[in-house]
Amino acid sequence: MAEINLVEAVNLALAHELARDPSVVLLGEDIGVNGGVFRATVGLQARFGPERVIDTPLAEASIAGVAVGMAVAGLRPVAEIQFTGFIYPTLDQIINHAGRIRHRTRGRLACPLVLRSPAGAGIHAPEHHSESPEALFAHVPGVRMVIPSSPARAYGLLLAAIRDPDPVVFFEPTRLYRLYRQAVEDNGEALPLDVCFVVREGGDVTLVSWGAMLQDTLAAADALARDGVSAEVIDVATLKPLDLPTILESVAKTGRCVIVHEAARTSGFGAEIAAGLAEQGLTSLLAPVQRVTGYDVVVPLPRLEPQYLPSVARIVAAARKALEYA
Amino acid sequence: MTTVAAFEIDHTQFLDPQGEAVKALPPFAADTAALVAMYRAMVLTRAFDAKAIALQRTGKIGTFASALGQEAVGVGVATAMEGDDVLVPSYRDHAAQFVRGVSMVESLLYWGGDERGSNFAGPRQDLANCVPIGTQVPHAAGAAYAFKLRREPRVAVCLLGDGGTSRGDFYEAMNMAGVWRLPLVIVINNNQWAISVPRHLQSAAQTLAQKAIAAGVEGRQVDGNDVIAVRQIVGQALDKARSGGGPTLIEAMTYRLGDHTTADDASRYRDAESVREQWTFEPNLRLRRYLARIGAWDKEREDALQRDCAAEVNAAVDAYFALPPPTCDAMFDHLYQTLPDALEAQREEARKFAPKGEPQ
Repeated sequence: MAEINLVEAVNLALAHELARDPSVVLLGEDIGVNGGVFRATVGLQARFGPERVIDTPLAEASIAGVAVGMAVAGLRPVAEIQFTGFIYPTLDQIINHAGRIRHRTRGRLACPLVLRSPAGAGIHAPEHHSESPEALFAHVPGVRMVIPSSPARAYGLLLAAIRDPDPVVFFEPTRLYRLYRQAVEDNGEALPLDVCFVVREGGDVTLVSWGAMLQDTLAAADALARDGVSAEVIDVATLKPLDLPTILESVAKTGRCVIVHEAARTSGFGAEIAAGLAEQGLTSLLAPVQRVTGYDVVVPLPRLEPQYLPSVARIVAAARKALEYA
Repeated sequence: MTTVAAFEIDHTQFLDPQGEAVKALPPFAADTAALVAMYRAMVLTRAFDAKAIALQRTGKIGTFASALGQEAVGVGVATAMEGDDVLVPSYRDHAAQFVRGVSMVESLLYWGGDERGSNFAGPRQDLANCVPIGTQVPHAAGAAYAFKLRREPRVAVCLLGDGGTSRGDFYEAMNMAGVWRLPLVIVINNNQWAISVPRHLQSAAQTLAQKAIAAGVEGRQVDGNDVIAVRQIVGQALDKARSGGGPTLIEAMTYRLGDHTTADDASRYRDAESVREQWTFEPNLRLRRYLARIGAWDKEREDALQRDCAAEVNAAVDAYFALPPPTCDAMFDHLYQTLPDALEAQREEARKFAPKGEPQ
């Protein structure tokens, strides 16, 4: 089995679906000849042709809008927005159209599109290249919001996203694109959407995260383990719709929960999970839910990036605080 | 200095406001029955509009956007289209939709506040009304891309208003359609008003058709009150698109004789005299005059048609009133193909608090 990194896993999943289903098309800026600025689509235009791997004019709103029209007309478009900092013009199409078409036509029309975008900070990128706006999309009815945390997860979840009959926004953590390799078999097996994955079992505290922050969260779990604290780690993977039962089940066991995400705190997706725990898991909780997040500030330019991103030390400190409550 | 680019925009009219042919009519106009059918569709739309406004005024439906004065645009566009072409409308395009096979009951349902109104029994692949201005143009481009990729001889036809041409979505999608040579026809219903903003405040461009030129797309203008001209020019654009010739932008010059919607009062921003003057150009009268000139129409036939259309509209209203209201489950039924587990509890909550006696 080949060992590949996350961006290669994305490429592998895209190639698999392009080969399997003639209705799958890719569109985006620089994705064809150039293979994408992160090379996620490298080689795909040469293999599947410029009609199916489409270099678009530079117009994010209409990349999403054209994908909506393609999806309604029976294609399975996978649109790439080059960076999440440039994804905001697509919100109109995703909110007003992609998430509503099935509903407002009583199922007569559907919108099975995927909107992919490299997301997150930590790669020393320029302004507008480091944002994590997953909560914006998780707020949209009719849409799924998915973020993989590993090469295998990226492969399986992207297959699932492309095959899903409804619109999926799919953020790929740039920090993980080339961070490490993992054995991924190109077997065409999709992972389930709408499911949180328990990636490490433990009994003392539940650490909940997604995307790139899962690496730091797992490192924090290692650090806690060295001190005899057993942390359970959950990869949320699909933020919308949220598999709260898996988180509740874990917290029922540990009684303590730390939520880790790199987006700003206020109205970040951690707030939704914390609210869910307050509503449905309060009697399990032995300590207040802790959030370790990006600060409510503009994502800084690279020099201060390390101080913005939640660190292992901050996650460990939050877990220790939760453990202080008897 | 050398000129590196220049452009011309043609304007087409066959019938003048008196219903007189100003030049030889296109071949389809030799079929009097076809012209009468178009006239009927225009009269039916006007009868529907009058009834819908009355229903809104008495609280029987919600806000409604009438097509008064713009009947020729919708009917001309839709009669030029093939059944398996796809219409991508704005929210003022029921004249076209009725010709395409959308029922008046469905339109009443939509404006009456019920999503079932967009589940067209007839044109299953036509898109639903688009309310956010201009955002439907990329949808039409995307559908056109699908047709082209699958080598289907189909065309996507997008309708939008003059205000919509100020939106980036319109420019972006037309630009893509030009690059990809898509089978797309974009028709601007230039009714001169975007709610209260008149055409000259919308754009300094001499014509809206010329906005196509910058995208490498053919732009044409047509008398939008002359249904023969609309059908002919749209028909030519459809033929071109179907044979691989790429997209066309058509600006149909017409006038919004009514308010923007029933929630609007146009007397706040335009004077009655200018509207009265526009009534002399209105499309239904023009075609009726032409039909009378060729001996295909008279008062008796007009009276019968008016009675017919009124009866058809009334029957649609009765059918609309006879439909049971949607249940609260309808909010959840089609949000996703399969309702995610996370939403089950919310559906239960809605059921629990639904008005008593509501059918489940």
